[in-house]
Amino acid sequence: VTQRELRSGVTAAVSGFFYRHPWAKLLLLLLPAVLWLVVLYLGSIAGLLVNSFWSIEEFTGLIDRTFTLSTYQDLWVPSNRDIVLRTLFMAAAVTVACAFLAFPLAYYMARYASRRGRFVLYLLVLMPLWSSYLVRALAWRQIFAREGVLYWGLGKLGLEGVLDTLIQAPVVGGSSLIASKISLFVVYTYLWLPFMILPVEAALERVPGSFLEASSDLGARPGLTFRRIVLPLAKPGLIAGSIFTFSLTLGDFILPTMFGSSEFYLGQQVYTQIGVVGNTPLAAAFTFVAMAIMIVYLMIAKRGGAFESL
Amino acid sequence: MSARDRTGAGLGLKLASIAVVLFLYFPLAIIVLYAFTTQSSSFTFPPPGLTLEWFRVAFAREDMWEAFRLSLLVAAVSAGIAILLGSLLAGAVYRSRFFGREALAFIIVLPIALPGIVTGIALRSTISGVLDVPLGVYTIVLGHTTFCIVIVYNNVVARLRRMSPNVVEASADLGASGWQTLRHVILPNLATALLAGGVLAFALSFDEIIVTTFTRGSAPTLPIWIFQVLFRPRNRPVTNVVALIAVTVTIVPVLLAQMLARSSDDAGTGMGAGGSTPRPRQEIPAE
Repeated sequence: VTQRELRSGVTAAVSGFFYRHPWAKLLLLLLPAVLWLVVLYLGSIAGLLVNSFWSIEEFTGLIDRTFTLSTYQDLWVPSNRDIVLRTLFMAAAVTVACAFLAFPLAYYMARYASRRGRFVLYLLVLMPLWSSYLVRALAWRQIFAREGVLYWGLGKLGLEGVLDTLIQAPVVGGSSLIASKISLFVVYTYLWLPFMILPVEAALERVPGSFLEASSDLGARPGLTFRRIVLPLAKPGLIAGSIFTFSLTLGDFILPTMFGSSEFYLGQQVYTQIGVVGNTPLAAAFTFVAMAIMIVYLMIAKRGGAFESL
Repeated sequence: MSARDRTGAGLGLKLASIAVVLFLYFPLAIIVLYAFTTQSSSFTFPPPGLTLEWFRVAFAREDMWEAFRLSLLVAAVSAGIAILLGSLLAGAVYRSRFFGREALAFIIVLPIALPGIVTGIALRSTISGVLDVPLGVYTIVLGHTTFCIVIVYNNVVARLRRMSPNVVEASADLGASGWQTLRHVILPNLATALLAGGVLAFALSFDEIIVTTFTRGSAPTLPIWIFQVLFRPRNRPVTNVVALIAVTVTIVPVLLAQMLARSSDDAGTGMGAGGSTPRPRQEIPAE
């Protein structure tokens, strides 16, 4: 028996074994990724959950590994509760803004652009998504600077005063444009916009043109057709996009250090608790708030058929 | 929408679409512009003068190159592992029925659907709290691979769905072993999907900063390096130069991968299950 024959014999035997025992093949295919994602990843998240039920001793700073709900009680302290609410509010505002900005372009891409034009637009939307988000945030610091292009442009139009008034507004304002919530909101909206455009476009693309024609043939004005036909059919895309805009805002801790006032956001608080204070249980509890929000959101989204548009 | 509207878009819609595209690109133009400004600590518009000096300064910084090399290494290794695990997983989930399949499909999406900070601190507490492994290059790769798997998986599953099951049966009927079918039929059909998925995973890893913050040791990756020099008052345009490098390293391969995915679809391999050639759709990844 030559080496070659032996080898092909072994290959055939192995092939045959897997053919006769499909479960063995399945197991082999599944095992590495399941170990990674279920054991390592989900295991880590479970470990984190356990952490959130521990507490930190105030004087020693050591972690006390006895079961307690005190960390979750700490979440209810007004300052911590405000962080959660502030972050949720920002995430919701950003999501709505993204939806409004995404719709016209997505609609144009799906309904009017030629096949080639649509691919070009698709690439144009995709490219910013793939350029570093830190880089794009950096650009906004340079745009928003007092000597920068925005003030220059408004100065040419004589509208600097409008912006300055806006900055002095309560709640959303700040000591400068960069130090105001407005800038944080604009930059988040800018950064997550492509995540909204792409799924909305995908959903709109599946709306048959004949539906719109039928609607107008039956006497509906464009506004009614939009509300009753286009919008409901675009909903899975909007939900899919909002998963990203929401999740990304909840988990971000970089942007609030670059824009906005000294008020904390959820991600930032997690980062500070784990990196500076060393209070892992509180950081874990905060992450669980973010995770619980997202899981509820994902479950609703799954029911709304958003996963098809992801 | 399947039927193109031949009457054309209204002026308002066209203008709104153009405005959104401009909004997306304006900041990138600003990054390019200020990489050449002559001022070292402010961003006056219009810039008082243009210079190539900052490119020289940036290229001379050894710490930048170290961060750059670390990012390249991490992204290449993470994408490599993700290609392997993601395609095996796609092969298992596609067309098989087993207990927990739905749950698994849900778990795969979690690393990109959940906030990055969750992945970051969960892995960190396991790595240093339970496994007691020192944080470093390996642990960055560990974190990155976790969210890269889904990118490859999505691309491969999409391709498998378009591939006719008949070709595999035909191959078996013609006497090919399972291995030969994999080697000569399935892999060539998957090649561009694997490449596209791998490139996207690479790009995602190269730019990642949130998970990296929690899983890295002392050495910074390129995004971390940029973040660290961001608030230094002097030589600010250097950040823009490095930012340009970072953007180029990810954009160019991603564009090529997109073109590739499209051209391989348009060429029509004859494997399309539905007959017509579907539009390429990369699944959308998150940061």
